[in-house]
Amino acid sequence: MQRLIDRAKELLASGEVARVLGWKKGDLGFNPEPSYFETAESLDNDFVYDGFCGANLSKYMIEASKKDGKTLVFLKPCDTYSFNQLIKEHRVDREKAYIIGVGCKGKLDIEAIKAMGVKGILEVSGADINSDCETLTVKTLYGDKEVSYNDAMLERCHVCKGKEHQICDEVMLDSRDTKDAERFAEIEKIEAMSPMEKFEFFKKELSKCIRCNACRNVCPACSCRKCVFDSNKFDEATKANVDSFEEKMFHIIRAFHVAGRCTDCGECSRVCPQGIPLHLFNRKFIKDIDTFYGEFQAGEDSETKGPLTAFTFDDVEPSIVTERG
Amino acid sequence: MYKINKENLSALFSCIADANELYVPCNINGSVNFAAWDEEQLVDLDTLKTVKSPKDAFFPQSETLYSCKRNGKKLSITPEELQNKDFVVFGMKACDVRGLAVLDKVFLVDPVDSYYKARREHGIIVSLACSQPEEACFCNVFGIDASQPEGDVVVYMIGDEMYWNAVTEKGEKLTKQVASLLTDADEAKVEAQKASIKEIVSRLPYSSLSLEGWGKDAVLLDKFNSPIWEELYKPCLACGTCTFVCPTCQCYDIKDYNTGNGVQRYRCWDSCMYSDFTMMAHGNNRTSQMQRYRQRFMHKLVYFPQNNDGMYSCVGCGRCVDKCPIGLNIVKVIKAFEKGGNR
Repeated sequence: MQRLIDRAKELLASGEVARVLGWKKGDLGFNPEPSYFETAESLDNDFVYDGFCGANLSKYMIEASKKDGKTLVFLKPCDTYSFNQLIKEHRVDREKAYIIGVGCKGKLDIEAIKAMGVKGILEVSGADINSDCETLTVKTLYGDKEVSYNDAMLERCHVCKGKEHQICDEVMLDSRDTKDAERFAEIEKIEAMSPMEKFEFFKKELSKCIRCNACRNVCPACSCRKCVFDSNKFDEATKANVDSFEEKMFHIIRAFHVAGRCTDCGECSRVCPQGIPLHLFNRKFIKDIDTFYGEFQAGEDSETKGPLTAFTFDDVEPSIVTERG
Repeated sequence: MYKINKENLSALFSCIADANELYVPCNINGSVNFAAWDEEQLVDLDTLKTVKSPKDAFFPQSETLYSCKRNGKKLSITPEELQNKDFVVFGMKACDVRGLAVLDKVFLVDPVDSYYKARREHGIIVSLACSQPEEACFCNVFGIDASQPEGDVVVYMIGDEMYWNAVTEKGEKLTKQVASLLTDADEAKVEAQKASIKEIVSRLPYSSLSLEGWGKDAVLLDKFNSPIWEELYKPCLACGTCTFVCPTCQCYDIKDYNTGNGVQRYRCWDSCMYSDFTMMAHGNNRTSQMQRYRQRFMHKLVYFPQNNDGMYSCVGCGRCVDKCPIGLNIVKVIKAFEKGGNR
């Protein structure tokens, strides 16, 4: 981590960048927050990069692109897909970014640790980037506990897209293979359900929604300046949580809107306060796009047209929906 | 003081539910929240904090206020029926119960909110002492005792037993209703638990958080104009998580739903984090996220106490600490002002 701080200080001192976008230490040891650093002193005091820095900083670059000078941003391999996609959509300015592709050993989910019955967490050691990432020692109000690093990882890390940064100016720190599950396994399970079972599954999950919009606001693909769901021209306040139909409408429309652009960064599921597996919607679209148009990964580069924005005569006909049942 | 073996809790719930609607923390698809009890529900009294606070039971996230119907040239207006049956909310924690005292200050003063008032009158609170406070808890900072919650009946989970103590008239009435399931108990174990909880509370990471400089004596403009807000708000996603899980956030919006031949006027929770918060005909008086972010904390720590004899509109439940997608929260705000020398 010190190497990251030193490099950031160097780039700040040389004037190459005007500010640094990274993560700031939390007050509980496992709640860091995205933050801008403009001085060497603040980097020394507050900068952190460890297993709890799951937040994808790409979307913050939309605002940073409007500022004077370059912003040094630390992007993990999966975050770089989002950044590429934002370039493609003309939402960030590549020239305004100095990207350090930072290594990743899998990001941790404090909720996953709590779900193991660990209560009153005071400190988690073994989460730093230099550790072997095998065991976490959790100091709690009720004694010390050990948990496996892999069991405490976010869902997205179990289906990691890989260690390579898709866009960056330099790479620092090593990454680790964390993939131990098939990306589409959960989707296949749902596909095998009967229509009523599917409906029940999603109804149950989506009825937990509290309309907090965290999934939308964190999503790098949701970068509209004004979201249609923030319009006050609807009869219904979109923040109303009236019945499960409205929640479904919100999530289904959102899934359609990001189809072909979602990089599967997993932020939606990470931030949902109710633990709704929102990534399943997006991943179903990704799987279908792969099937109908050939394998495609949004954000792999910043130029190619996505299958849903380019027309070819080989494109699948809409009737495929009825044919597939 | 009475007690009941935990094995008989289901019978207790069933007995309560015979005469009242009953809300208890339930695990629904992996997420624990207050929900109407029935035998199918997975009751979860071990999880310390429900995701949403129980304020829904008194101030629902969405509710219809009245309906208007057009029939030719006739217009009829039907107010929504007020709560007229008793209901029990079982398992509220000390912070959540105090949260209602905050809401009372808003909804029970002139003009009284009749919908809320009816629910408060019919609501019976069975509060549960916290046996294992967690890292984000800081209710003690607001003078709340996690080991001794307020409520109509206070219950304590100790070993295989649940101790039951009625403290109000409503509580006595409920106790009579379930008396056949309870046996007499002495207070020794309860007193021991209270002492052990107090000891745990003293070791919580936020237990010595200082509120100096906030509250009714705060210099409002010093806080309002502080450059610290500009630093604090920047990572905020402007989602409504903190406001929707909060037991004291009370802002709401009122809208009309067009039913085709009339309207349903309803209200729903609003969030100061949202861009249309307090939108008026002339537009919005808070145009930036910094202003909206500042509003949330100034309201809880300055405006509310200054208007309500020093009562803060934060109860230290720590839900915002647990749930903010990017690790912001009210504690960090208080600490940042302390560090920044603005007390």
